Amino acid sequence: MKRITAGIRGYAEVNDEIRKEFLSKNKTVVTDVNGQRYLGNALESGKTLEIEGTAGNDLAFCLSGGRIILHGHGQDAAGNTMGGGEIIIHGHAGDALGYGMRDGQIYVRDSVSCRGGIHMKEFRSMKPVLVIGGSAGSFLGEYMAGGTIVLLGINLRHGKKLFGTHCASGMHGGKMFVRAPFPKENLSPNIKAVNLTSQDRKELEGYVRKYCRYFDTDYEEIMKKPFRKLIPETSRPYANLYTAE
Amino acid sequence: MAVSYIPRRFTVVRDRERCINCGCCVRQCSNECHLFADDGKTVISDSTACVACHRCVALCPTGALRIEKYVCDYRENANWTPQYQQQICRQAETGGVLLAGMGTPKDYPVYWDKILLNASQVTNPSIDPLREPMEIRTVLGRKPEKLTVEKKGRSTVDMPPQVIIETPVMFSAMSFGSISLNAQKSLAMAAKELGTLFNVGEGGLHPDLQPYTDRAIVQVASGRFGVHSDYLNNSKYVEIKIGQGAKPGIGGHLPGEKVSVEVSNARMIPEGSDAISPAPHHDIYSIEDLRQLIWAIKQATDNKKPVCVKIAAVHNTAAIVSGCARAGADIVAIDGFRGGTGAAPVRIRDNVGIPIELALAAADQRLRDEGIRSRISLVAAGSFRCSADIVKAIALGADACYCASAPLIAMGCHMCATCNTGKCNWGIATQRPELTKRLNPDIMSKRVVNLITAWNHEIKEIMGGMGINSVDSLRGNRLMLRGIGLSEKELEILGIKHAGE
Repeated sequence: MKRITAGIRGYAEVNDEIRKEFLSKNKTVVTDVNGQRYLGNALESGKTLEIEGTAGNDLAFCLSGGRIILHGHGQDAAGNTMGGGEIIIHGHAGDALGYGMRDGQIYVRDSVSCRGGIHMKEFRSMKPVLVIGGSAGSFLGEYMAGGTIVLLGINLRHGKKLFGTHCASGMHGGKMFVRAPFPKENLSPNIKAVNLTSQDRKELEGYVRKYCRYFDTDYEEIMKKPFRKLIPETSRPYANLYTAE
Repeated sequence: MAVSYIPRRFTVVRDRERCINCGCCVRQCSNECHLFADDGKTVISDSTACVACHRCVALCPTGALRIEKYVCDYRENANWTPQYQQQICRQAETGGVLLAGMGTPKDYPVYWDKILLNASQVTNPSIDPLREPMEIRTVLGRKPEKLTVEKKGRSTVDMPPQVIIETPVMFSAMSFGSISLNAQKSLAMAAKELGTLFNVGEGGLHPDLQPYTDRAIVQVASGRFGVHSDYLNNSKYVEIKIGQGAKPGIGGHLPGEKVSVEVSNARMIPEGSDAISPAPHHDIYSIEDLRQLIWAIKQATDNKKPVCVKIAAVHNTAAIVSGCARAGADIVAIDGFRGGTGAAPVRIRDNVGIPIELALAAADQRLRDEGIRSRISLVAAGSFRCSADIVKAIALGADACYCASAPLIAMGCHMCATCNTGKCNWGIATQRPELTKRLNPDIMSKRVVNLITAWNHEIKEIMGGMGINSVDSLRGNRLMLRGIGLSEKELEILGIKHAGE
């Protein structure tokens, strides 16, 4: 298999080369990536892009069913407006991870920065999933309208909170599974923490098993701690905000 | 029920001699202003909820109905006008943010009405558009810095993607959700026939509009509803919606009641769920971030689609437009504060933003001063009421204009400004099937085509009068404009002389 070396070339050149490679192949590896943007944008089903290095902003923008495996850290807005497929990040991810994603799954081995999973939404059989191994910054799941976020908090540094402030502000759909303990003070009003149903449990186990498989982690160890489900108290948080003039 | 302190707005006047009690008005009014009396035969009216949409007036077969303003005088007070008192009562009743539709009805200056156009006399004779070719075809998109040609004279410039429209009038963004699918379809059909473009707004593309995607502008807004790579690629150009003239700085909110099965299909969200567009795009916190999204879209469309950035006209518009041009936008649309909307908080609509005339003139001048005017096409929006407004906008520097209210009026809208209630009797700003079916796209598209065809003729006639035979020669040609009754400062910003100068 051909390995494309990104080096210090501009993103347009690298992406052109990747696109050309995908015309005849279903799998491509790009190495020595140094923050090049838009890698794997709009990648279709059946195609796999492996990336070695640090992927730049807007990794897999509008991903359309393709698979992205990143051996390294991601920067901002990975999985932006993602419409399907899978992103596996062997490292940390930056701000606005999975913004507006509608379908597909993102697995991040370590932590994510602010605004993760903002405005995730679901539609019929499309149910986006975001699994984060470490912690999340502020505004996790803001305006979340559907889908699932799983926050594992593995190996959190002492004193480090599972998620930052304003978690789930404006959330009106979907759910988050968080591994206890979580900082209640950082949770937005109108969000409630409930116990998992057996159905939830089954769903969660599937995601965690996949996480453990991807990142070679001990499943039993993770599941030892209890999980809680965060859901909005109402699906219409702003129903009474307005009145006709 | 608690007593409301707000008197009604209108009175339905029924001419008993003409009324034949056919019940047409009863069936037509979704506000339930007409009803059968207890005898089951006599039609009577209850004016309480009348919004003066004139649906009953237009359809009454005997012309028996008339709408009057309900006059109920308050003690005179130039400060505490009845309107402010009534709004306070409404908020006291509900505790809600006041919401209304359409553009601001307030009496702010309309500069179009204070600008006069030139015409040729004796020298540089006027041109008769009925006999001579008159070019109003418009090409939108980034133009190359300079032209290079090979020996045989062929251009060797790598041309950025261009969009050709046969008239400088396009239809502004109105999402499926804010307006009905039949209304959108009417605009799509009209755009196809006119060789111009319609804009699907931020609510995604309904499958029924697939045949018209070669005339479609698709929007990417903060909610990212219905945005996927096929959506971007099946379009004439992609518009990143940053702001809207009617409500600069705030997001949108389509209430769950309006998210019907069909709306949910286009937006790709569950039926009945609120569709919230946050105020900012959460991947755009700076002009550099805007650049990132522009180029992400270009990458996802293989650099084949021009990318437009739509902003609301605000105080620093000129600098913002310059930033958009430098960020890589091919087209920048500026939406003035008189622009319409399906729903906006009244306080925002009536107090935030600036008129398109000033914003457009300032932006065009700024781009020229910086030597980057050719990098983008400028599209002006925010209430064009007639062809003369369009001509003036082009002379102030616009490449093309977005119109929405005018084509809606062509379809029956009477500016009752209650789009937000979802009860539009004309079938435009509603999702109720019994109302939307009143709008026949075949008939309505024809009315819109008629309107724009007439405007095209008028634009050609005005241009001909100036001795100009191509819209390209009109663009930014401010010598064709003179102000009337404007201050030095206003003239300076508009970049025009006073009449008589």
